[in-house]
Amino acid sequence: MTSTYLPGTRPGPDAAPRPLPPAGRARTRRRLLHWLTAMGFQLPALVLFGVLVLLPILFALYASFFRWGGFGMPSDYTGADNFTRLLQDDVFLGDLWRCLLLVVLSLALQLPFALAMAVLLNQRIRGRAVYRMLFFAPYVLSEAITGVLFGMIFAPDEGLADHLLSDIGLGALGGKWFADPSTVMATLFLVMTWKYFGFHMMLYLAGLQSIPAELTEAATVDGASPWQRFRHVTLPLLAPTLRISVFLSVIGSIQLFDLVWVVTAGGPDHHSETMAVTMFQYGFKRYQVGYASAISVAMFGVSLVFALAYQRFVLRRDLAGATTNMRGDGA
Amino acid sequence: MNGSRKTVRTLPLHLVLVVVGALMVVPLLYALLSGFKTTSELSRNPVGLPESWITSNYTGILGSGAFWRLVGNSTLIAVATTVLVVAVSALAAFSFARFAFRGREVLFTVFTMGLMFPFAVAALPLFLLLRSMDLLDNPLGVILPQAAFGLPMTIIILRGFFREIPGELEEAATLDGCGPFAFFWRILLPMARPALGTVSVLAVVTSWNNFFLPLLVFTDPKWWTIPVGVQQFQGQYATDTARVFAYLVLAMVPALAFYSVAERQLVGGLTAGATKG
Repeated sequence: MTSTYLPGTRPGPDAAPRPLPPAGRARTRRRLLHWLTAMGFQLPALVLFGVLVLLPILFALYASFFRWGGFGMPSDYTGADNFTRLLQDDVFLGDLWRCLLLVVLSLALQLPFALAMAVLLNQRIRGRAVYRMLFFAPYVLSEAITGVLFGMIFAPDEGLADHLLSDIGLGALGGKWFADPSTVMATLFLVMTWKYFGFHMMLYLAGLQSIPAELTEAATVDGASPWQRFRHVTLPLLAPTLRISVFLSVIGSIQLFDLVWVVTAGGPDHHSETMAVTMFQYGFKRYQVGYASAISVAMFGVSLVFALAYQRFVLRRDLAGATTNMRGDGA
Repeated sequence: MNGSRKTVRTLPLHLVLVVVGALMVVPLLYALLSGFKTTSELSRNPVGLPESWITSNYTGILGSGAFWRLVGNSTLIAVATTVLVVAVSALAAFSFARFAFRGREVLFTVFTMGLMFPFAVAALPLFLLLRSMDLLDNPLGVILPQAAFGLPMTIIILRGFFREIPGELEEAATLDGCGPFAFFWRILLPMARPALGTVSVLAVVTSWNNFFLPLLVFTDPKWWTIPVGVQQFQGQYATDTARVFAYLVLAMVPALAFYSVAERQLVGGLTAGATKG
């Protein structure tokens, strides 16, 4: 007699084979009961997730085909007009471009920097626990608070940044930071790096610590230089962690809102606007809810295309063995 | 290799760490020091130590009920979100980890897909939904969606943990007449305490720092949370820079204090969620 629920089952095609079926009807009833028990445990999560996550996304899809001010039900069906408008909207196209810019900057600068710091702090070096804690600390601050802080630090002329630069004779490097269309994205990226590189560093550190020391030692014995050890032993073994970190970084760039909203609200003249900010402007400030829904759907589409492509081409191998255990990571 | 040679060899590395460390600390330290100045001193003497340490910025904020109101709201919302998301996720994760049932993989995929989609996508329709449910300016309007969006990560982490618990234990419990819920409640949950701690810490931090949702839901200052309050305060006292700095510092203290207490769970949870999710 097995229990009604199977201990330690692995994921796989549904119900595992059962021993000796009793009479057919009793078996069917027992299976139904088993299914109902399993689903009973799922029910609260399903309701919460269905109503507050899936339903809104579906509704945005529906509303994006209407011209709608957001009151009553949408009735002015306009077909794909919102989407054609979207593709001709310079601000939205700029959003996409700025998103790409942040992704490229993150992958080219922020993540390699985080990796370098992780490798550095993975050695026995004095004070490494303090540095780790310090580098990660900004991650626990709210983006809104971080934004207000750096908005003041980079205040043109009177902020700390300009003062420090002029004190060390580099005043020419200072400028208007967030207030200048040509530097606003770079400044934003600087703040994002300050806030988030420690998070990626922590991921890498966890990955590095799961690499057996014997492997790098063996490479050393074989005469590999430090760079060769890093390139041919450490990096390949770190690949799963790197792939997840890249994924999280890209998703973060796609949905960026808080920081931008607090510091620049997308300005000057849309030069730091993101998709989420544009959506917010249309949906909550101008009451063009149908059009704002189309922007939401576009954001969803961008995430979806990215997630599927990434999963298809990059992540597949990792997810196969993913979500199995977490004890090794020091829960 | 003796110690001093090693020190010489690692000197550049230390230099790098000190510089990066300084870049991390200076903004925070600057805010802290600026809070002890008056705004006129701050524009005269932006970089140095305060000429005389003025505490009125800090005490003024701490003495006002408004600040404590924000702290109370943020705490209430964070605790309620955490209890809800952990309870609901634990039930679902238990079912995913210990039952074989038709549709399990599809369902699990639906939840994991939730990880991939930014909250911003759902923000607008969610707002409309909350409005129609009359949940605006109601803490539930923030608590429920936060819990819903926290489900994927929490379920994934807990499912992984629940699957580690040996099957024999469950068989023994079943033989002793333990039903599924009794096993879940009396045996599994107490054993999973470390994992529950980890996901709770993650949920608290996420809720505490949430800005977008409270911004949408709360127009009434009565319910503002810390991030919304900070933004409003800056708008209101934009010219009194020193005061805003003091406010920022005080707003950061709870999060940093929580981090220093729960660092292990937080980092463990994030790395587990990310490397296993």
